[in-house]
Amino acid sequence: MIPEFIVDFFSNFWVSLAGKLLLVALAIPLIGMALGFAEIKLSAKMQARVGPYFAGGRWGWAQLIADGIKFFQKEDIIPIAADRPVFKAAPMLVLVSTVALLVVIPFGPGLIFQDLSVGVFYALAISSLSTIGILMAGWSSGNKYSLIGGLRAAGQLIAYELPLVLAVVGSVIMAGTMSMSGIVEAQIEAGFPYVIFQFVGFGIFIVASLAELTRIPFDMPIAESELVMGYLTEYSGFRFLFFFLAEFANMFTLSAIAVTLFLGGYWLPGIPESLVELAGPFIVLGKVFLLAFVMIWFRWTFPRFREDQLQTLAWKWLIPIALVNIAATAFFKVML
Amino acid sequence: MAIDTDVIRHLSEAQVSVELQTEDMTLNIGPQHPSTHGVLRLVAQIDGERAHDVQPVIGYMHRGYEKLSEVRTYPQITTIVNRIDWVSGYANEIPFIVAAEKLMELEVPPRAQYIRLVLTEMARISSHLIFMASYPLELGAATPLFFALRERERVLDLLESVTGGRFHPNFNRIGGVKPVAGAGSTQKKVGQDLPVDFLPETMDAMDRVSKVCDELEDLVAGNEIILARTRGVGVFPIEVAASYGLSGPNLRASGAAFDLRKIENYLPYDDFEFNVITGTNGDCWDRWHCRLQEIRESAKIIQQAIDGIPSGDLQAKVPKVIKVPAGETYVRAENPKGEMGYYLVSDGKDGPYRLKIRSASFSNLSILPWALEGVLVPDIIAIMGSLDFVLGDVDR
Repeated sequence: MIPEFIVDFFSNFWVSLAGKLLLVALAIPLIGMALGFAEIKLSAKMQARVGPYFAGGRWGWAQLIADGIKFFQKEDIIPIAADRPVFKAAPMLVLVSTVALLVVIPFGPGLIFQDLSVGVFYALAISSLSTIGILMAGWSSGNKYSLIGGLRAAGQLIAYELPLVLAVVGSVIMAGTMSMSGIVEAQIEAGFPYVIFQFVGFGIFIVASLAELTRIPFDMPIAESELVMGYLTEYSGFRFLFFFLAEFANMFTLSAIAVTLFLGGYWLPGIPESLVELAGPFIVLGKVFLLAFVMIWFRWTFPRFREDQLQTLAWKWLIPIALVNIAATAFFKVML
Repeated sequence: MAIDTDVIRHLSEAQVSVELQTEDMTLNIGPQHPSTHGVLRLVAQIDGERAHDVQPVIGYMHRGYEKLSEVRTYPQITTIVNRIDWVSGYANEIPFIVAAEKLMELEVPPRAQYIRLVLTEMARISSHLIFMASYPLELGAATPLFFALRERERVLDLLESVTGGRFHPNFNRIGGVKPVAGAGSTQKKVGQDLPVDFLPETMDAMDRVSKVCDELEDLVAGNEIILARTRGVGVFPIEVAASYGLSGPNLRASGAAFDLRKIENYLPYDDFEFNVITGTNGDCWDRWHCRLQEIRESAKIIQQAIDGIPSGDLQAKVPKVIKVPAGETYVRAENPKGEMGYYLVSDGKDGPYRLKIRSASFSNLSILPWALEGVLVPDIIAIMGSLDFVLGDVDR
């Protein structure tokens, strides 16, 4: 039905690479805008406000598009004291790490950019890259508030990488594979999402990913009432936009990892086999938005922790609980 | 082989002898900063997250009100005194007016006194609601702001309906209060000096204010993170608090039942039942909670006052040109921020010879170097916010 030369054309390595790149390049702003819009509207709802109303004519749907255009129009300000190359590279690194995360998320059977055999490992390794970008931003800005923010982010990374990694080990043990699509398939085979047995791991994962995202209640690196804007203080214009997009895209990707590992990915009971391929992406998106909603809900409900309380939470609570969870999971895996 | 071990030993000794060179960083918090309530500047030496030797630098907001009032007549001064602490502008007028009346030995009609009292308590509620809004924001929670400000807006609307101003009412006159706009001196009928719906609407508004206090208590007090951030943080023992001259809710949170509404007689507070709220530990949490309960008490006072508001004149008989007999007096009042006092020296002219303003925030802020010694950076904000000062009140 499809002429052969077209199939040939699209199966060419470079063409398919270009196609995938284009898809990702479109996906990041779209995801960022969708989640950003959800955030401003939901926060308005939670605070008995209306939120953006006029942009675009209805419900302010064009608000973030207008904001994006505004950011691009702004002058690119780099402080004199800044370390210019690092200052410029930091937002890109943050955004790149987010894009690279999208690679291993399965949106349907076979619908994955690259099914790595060490998908989980890759995802966790890449997700910590963004914190390096944040540290770079804080260090290179030549601003004391930025420096404190950047160092707080580094401390947070060290503290919360561990629970994040330990939390997913349970799922990996249960599935017996580190491939992201393999884990989803294992859940489909088992007939239940792993959250039923890995609820501890799931909870720790969500808390730790909030800390990775530096969102309230773990937004000490930004902490606008203390550090003005933390590592973002000196950023403006499209560089700020990069951070902004990366924040929401990161929220998406970390939620998507949680969905894959704990909530069964594109699996949903009652969806016939033939439809899964078509409905998969929508199921994933639906679950991701559910998790994103929870994160937004947290943000507008909780205040922020203090730096030492954050460290206490990670080292004294999350890590021991995660270790116990791993031991219990391994025990049941061997016994049953 | 021998060389290798030598090198290794040498290196290990070198590592031991090298000390990590650390150096404190001087951090200027303010004058432009999201949480300094205006233009306060704190110069903090910080070692990592821990601050020491925090020195507040004030004066960015100095407007010279004490000097200005020496070249103004008494009625003109009310316009500047209500700009001292701008979040409770109305309450600032009271002690000044009372001081002038005291020297003139004027008897203020009871109705005017009651109206003054109701509006003062409204100013207290609106000031405390600002604190309820801003303090969780400083801890990172944005949502309580909207709850508190929504009610504050209603209170300010009522204040505006009587005085014509939301922040700077300029409503007091020596000898009473201003006849309401439009009524003028021809208005003789009792009961039409206040807007027609004012009394019932205020009753309603006070019910709502009490309700929003419950909501805020649910939202903020029920939050573990807020408790973890405020309990045991910034503890002021009662002796320390008193020695720095703290007053108002900041002192009462440390356990001292010191309320000028009970002690002084500048407005008829004796007619009403209300409690002096005190805390036990004197930490940030107590300061928050004291203010919350004071809103409830103020609402209670207002409702009682409206129930029993007497009829009568709004103004005592005063000459056209007000001249205060020579003499000096000090009148202090319980303002939302604490004790506010005016030391008025008159030489018998139409303006004061000297007007010394004792403002609450100035003394409350003076505890900062003691309170911020050795605390973490986030706690600087938590403690500073809990003192609830306004820079206009500090610098005057």
